[in-house]
Amino acid sequence: MNASVKHAGFVLLALWLLNAALNPGFINMRWQDGHAFGPLIDIVNRAAPLMVVAMGMTLVIAVRGIDISVGAVVAITAAVAAALLPGHGLGVALVGGLGAAALCGLFNGLLVVAGGIQPIIATLILMTAGRGIAQLITDGQILSIDHAGYAFLGSGFLLGLPFAPWLALALAALLGALKHRTALGLFLQAAGANPAAARLAGVNAAGLILAVYITCGLCGGLAGLMISANIQSADANNAGQMLELDAILAVTLGGTSLLGGRFSLRGSMLGALIIQTLTTSIYALGIAPEVTLVVKAAVVFAVSVSQSSVWRRRS
Amino acid sequence: MPDVVLQASSVAKAFNGMPALVSAGLTLRAGEVQVLMGQNGAGKSTLIKILAGVQARDGGSIRLDGRPFDARTPLQAQRAGIAVVHQEVQLCPNLSVAENLLAGRLLRRWWGIDWQRTQREAESALARLSLQLDVRRPLGELPVALQQMVAIARALHQRARVLILDEPTSSLDEAETARLLELLRQLRGQGVAILLVTHFLDQAYAVADRFTVLRNGELVGEYPAKLPRMKLVQLMIGRDLSATAATRDAAAPAGKPLLQTHKLGRRNAVQGLGLIVAPGEVLGLAGLLGAGRTEAARLLFGADRADTGTLQVDGRALALHSPRDAIRAGLALCPEERKVDGIVAELSVRENIVLALQARRGVFRMLPRAAQRGLANAFIQRLGIKTADAETPIGVLSGGNQQKAILARWLATGPRLLILDEPTRGIDIAAKQDLMEQVLALCRQGMALVFISSELPEVLRASDRVVVLRERRQVADLDARGLSEERLLHVMAGAAA
Repeated sequence: MNASVKHAGFVLLALWLLNAALNPGFINMRWQDGHAFGPLIDIVNRAAPLMVVAMGMTLVIAVRGIDISVGAVVAITAAVAAALLPGHGLGVALVGGLGAAALCGLFNGLLVVAGGIQPIIATLILMTAGRGIAQLITDGQILSIDHAGYAFLGSGFLLGLPFAPWLALALAALLGALKHRTALGLFLQAAGANPAAARLAGVNAAGLILAVYITCGLCGGLAGLMISANIQSADANNAGQMLELDAILAVTLGGTSLLGGRFSLRGSMLGALIIQTLTTSIYALGIAPEVTLVVKAAVVFAVSVSQSSVWRRRS
Repeated sequence: MPDVVLQASSVAKAFNGMPALVSAGLTLRAGEVQVLMGQNGAGKSTLIKILAGVQARDGGSIRLDGRPFDARTPLQAQRAGIAVVHQEVQLCPNLSVAENLLAGRLLRRWWGIDWQRTQREAESALARLSLQLDVRRPLGELPVALQQMVAIARALHQRARVLILDEPTSSLDEAETARLLELLRQLRGQGVAILLVTHFLDQAYAVADRFTVLRNGELVGEYPAKLPRMKLVQLMIGRDLSATAATRDAAAPAGKPLLQTHKLGRRNAVQGLGLIVAPGEVLGLAGLLGAGRTEAARLLFGADRADTGTLQVDGRALALHSPRDAIRAGLALCPEERKVDGIVAELSVRENIVLALQARRGVFRMLPRAAQRGLANAFIQRLGIKTADAETPIGVLSGGNQQKAILARWLATGPRLLILDEPTRGIDIAAKQDLMEQVLALCRQGMALVFISSELPEVLRASDRVVVLRERRQVADLDARGLSEERLLHVMAGAAA
């Protein structure tokens, strides 16, 4: 495990301890009807969609890209799934939603690989257009979802713990296995750190980058399913709002460089947990709502500075 | 004896526990050209970086004008009067010559920059080097040689008294090199203390007042300019050279051609390539700078797509759309630009070595970790790659060792045809011979080799045949036996063949 992942873990632990010191109720856990409840469980549960998106974002960033359309992909997926659910049932809704998300990723990837467009601009297109598309699907309404199976994705329990984090964990296991048990990790890092050299060594960088954008789209889609299932509605305007920025932040907090190359999925998951811990605990500590964003920014600032290599060299 | 300007002694520095310098040192005097010589990994680059304030030393002393000198940043070194001109010009190609020359000290008026005075100032700075250029042109439009001279002019304009040049001639052609060396002599006359790092013996002898030799991070000694060449080389490598010359024993048997091209070409790159290489054969590719050698290598390897002509491997026509196609056909290319096209700096030596082999196997058939380690360690030993271990990031190795690792990457794929594009550029003599011997040994076992080098003796010694390129066209296919350097030069230069 590399130093910045350890650092992120340490920051998360410190935040939890601080919370526990200020608010002893923070570490309470209740067991009710065979389900676990408590602030920590709540944080992990709420962080799940962000963890999923952050993992997709990590892969994109590893190949020197960025995807700022994931929030819009969340909205599109939720809209498609909610629209399909009443007439066609759960299976079609899930496949349709994720299919739409994969298409979004394919669109981004083609713009980057075949179009040669800067990733931030390429994904800006879908970021702008995506919510419009979602609104077209929902007819400008907030579609409410009434389906027990679908709701399970967002609020169900498995082995006493919320289901969403299990999904995030399963995805992490899958991506982790792809990274370490196949040559994908090597290829991604080579293509990210030196695309020209990777191509000359026979790595299919273009195909790899396309696959990565599709994966990132799918992660956005999975997060869209989780979010809409949790609030039992598809809100084209607000679902996944600003999620892309939180995801990028989670990736950097986890120690993956925006310059591409070496990446850490574990780091990004820890980063997502740090962000969610901040959001939750700021509310829990009763900090005035007007200043919550400032407090969040201050903590992010402190963490980022402490992670910067310039700062570390000095201390 | 002239005034000593800068004196470094017992300088030590280690990276990741690997000592780069043990006790290095040198002395620079006003109005003298000191040539720093040493093999790869001798510590030349490290010593220069320390003098330039890029890296901090672990021990030893440096005195500038008799006072202790301890620059922590390049800016501090610059202010103290030490300027470094690097192998790759480190200026801004998109800015004008004048802006590059005077960046940070553009002449101002109260409402902004006084461009006319700035330009005049730039012109006069260039005039000191007897250069006349349109200073309003973007630097990037100039040939590399002129860019380098602008970098030198910039250093002198900043009143540098110590000028350090790190392999300044490695991307220059002969005329440009001659001009640069002339410039150095002129600056010497103006009292600048000059430190030149070069691998080219001819150039070293053309300008040196003294030689300083480093070996394995230690100062071997300082020698007068009349030191015999063989002696100098022996000091650098620490052993007798005559026993290690890489030569071909006999002409390889001409079998069925492995690779054959007919009028292969690409617009604006190179035209009319008609190469034939048989297994075990070494084909030299010679030509002056810009003759299209690298372009030819990229076409053969599918890195660029050919738009005319045909390419056959084992008699079967192949359309190479990407390097992957070439690799599948058993081809390999060690590219010229090691840093740009070769190494992945932040990945480990092991990862860099297994990359091409793994790419050929595909994503899902991953080489087991143990096999990767075994492969990497075997090549580290076989090629003598100096590294703390296989997990060290390749970026911290010296240039020659990086080059060996890239060679290892391709040898690991067991290529049938290896294309070496300037494999010895920026590498010292012993590493060079090591490398060539390893490769030629493989040729004796049947590997075909296309060998590109600007060092003609090397090409003649290694090759069975030499194909000559001139002005981006193939102009001759010569038998290397009995071919003299002089005649080859004639053909390259376009004198009657």
